[in-house]
Amino acid sequence: MDEANQTILKLFSHPMSSCARRLHLALNLKGLEYECINVDNPLEDPELLKINPMGFVPALVDGTTVISDSYAILLYLEEKYPQHALLPEDLVRKSINYQVASIVSSSIQPLQNTNIINYISEVVSPDEKVPWAQYHIKNGFVALEKLLVNYAAKYATGDEIYLADLFLAPQLYNAIYLFKLDMTEFPILLKLNKAYNEIPSFQQIIMVES
Amino acid sequence: MEEVMKLYSHPMSSCSRRVRIALNLKGLKYECIIMTSVGDPELLKVNPIGFVPALVDGAIVVADSYAILLYLEEKYPQYPLLPQDIVKKSINYQVASIVSSSIQPLQNTTLVHYIGELVSPDEKLPWAQYHIRKGLVALEKLLVNHVGKYATGDEIYLADLYLAPQLDNAINRFKLDMTEFPVLLKLHNIYSQTPSIQQILAETVQPNTGGPDKSFFDFTKSKEEA
Repeated sequence: MDEANQTILKLFSHPMSSCARRLHLALNLKGLEYECINVDNPLEDPELLKINPMGFVPALVDGTTVISDSYAILLYLEEKYPQHALLPEDLVRKSINYQVASIVSSSIQPLQNTNIINYISEVVSPDEKVPWAQYHIKNGFVALEKLLVNYAAKYATGDEIYLADLFLAPQLYNAIYLFKLDMTEFPILLKLNKAYNEIPSFQQIIMVES
Repeated sequence: MEEVMKLYSHPMSSCSRRVRIALNLKGLKYECIIMTSVGDPELLKVNPIGFVPALVDGAIVVADSYAILLYLEEKYPQYPLLPQDIVKKSINYQVASIVSSSIQPLQNTTLVHYIGELVSPDEKLPWAQYHIRKGLVALEKLLVNHVGKYATGDEIYLADLYLAPQLDNAINRFKLDMTEFPVLLKLHNIYSQTPSIQQILAETVQPNTGGPDKSFFDFTKSKEEA
């Protein structure tokens, strides 16, 4: 790429957002330079709302293009910056990656994110927050453990880091360190978590002091 | 002889509907196997995770509607579900995510009934309406500069496959007031006039096929009334 024409990417982010972490991992793997703008209150941040009226983080700005939602951003990055491919060539392994991404981003993360947890705390009780989160994470992990049993190797779907790993690593952090889920019935996921903790860039991005 | 694909499905599942519309558009023959209960042994044999929809294509099993759609798009490229232009393509991905992450999981039947037990039966409908509305607010803003005849232009793409069943749920199942969503309302009307979409949305649970009946999916009455 012509250096003079390369614009610096901007990522609107939040340090505790597992969705944003997926992006930090991907941008790192692809060796893409970017400016990280942390936003405390996305729905009230004028700079974010100006370029992204939906007020979601993460949001990526690439020149005049603005994309929000981590899954959409990842698929965009994969097409525009194909170095360090995030998806295997093999269609079956590729679809396992998509399935992991969906289980995490649809069945787990939305049910344990801060807004929902706080809502449950108000309408039921503060003591219900952790059991609620653990219940939904556990359901998703049961599915993931079954899905990955025939595919997991050094990482989730083989010996390279792919899309599935970018979704799993931040979610495992939340499950284990934030919500103290008992991982006894998830030996594959536990092994993956250990592998992720041995990657310096993953450690730096995910093991944030709370 | 080529084996026909099988789709494990449920007629009231918006996730299954996305896939069925896609199969329709791509002109793909398939056997539709209706699952009436969670944990159906026939499904578990093929897909240990037990989710619908699940597609069986020869020796390959793919579960989860988003994964199935991306699989179909690569293996059967006729009637592309994604535009070539990378920006319009990413709008389609964003719509798919808003629906599949921010809306559908929070209004699906299992979760809504769970909220009914955890909080109260009167909380079911407000909970669902609240989360659907939040997602529709985002979608209305996202699509206002991209909408054509359909969500992202004049052809049916991935975004429409997600929007059509979700809007059907919002309006017909959860009776959401759509006044603040003129773009989405217009799309809903177009979908109801598009046979390849409307045929799928019009299906409902047949009586006496086992499993929950239509009232299980009706959140506008309290349990006592139903």
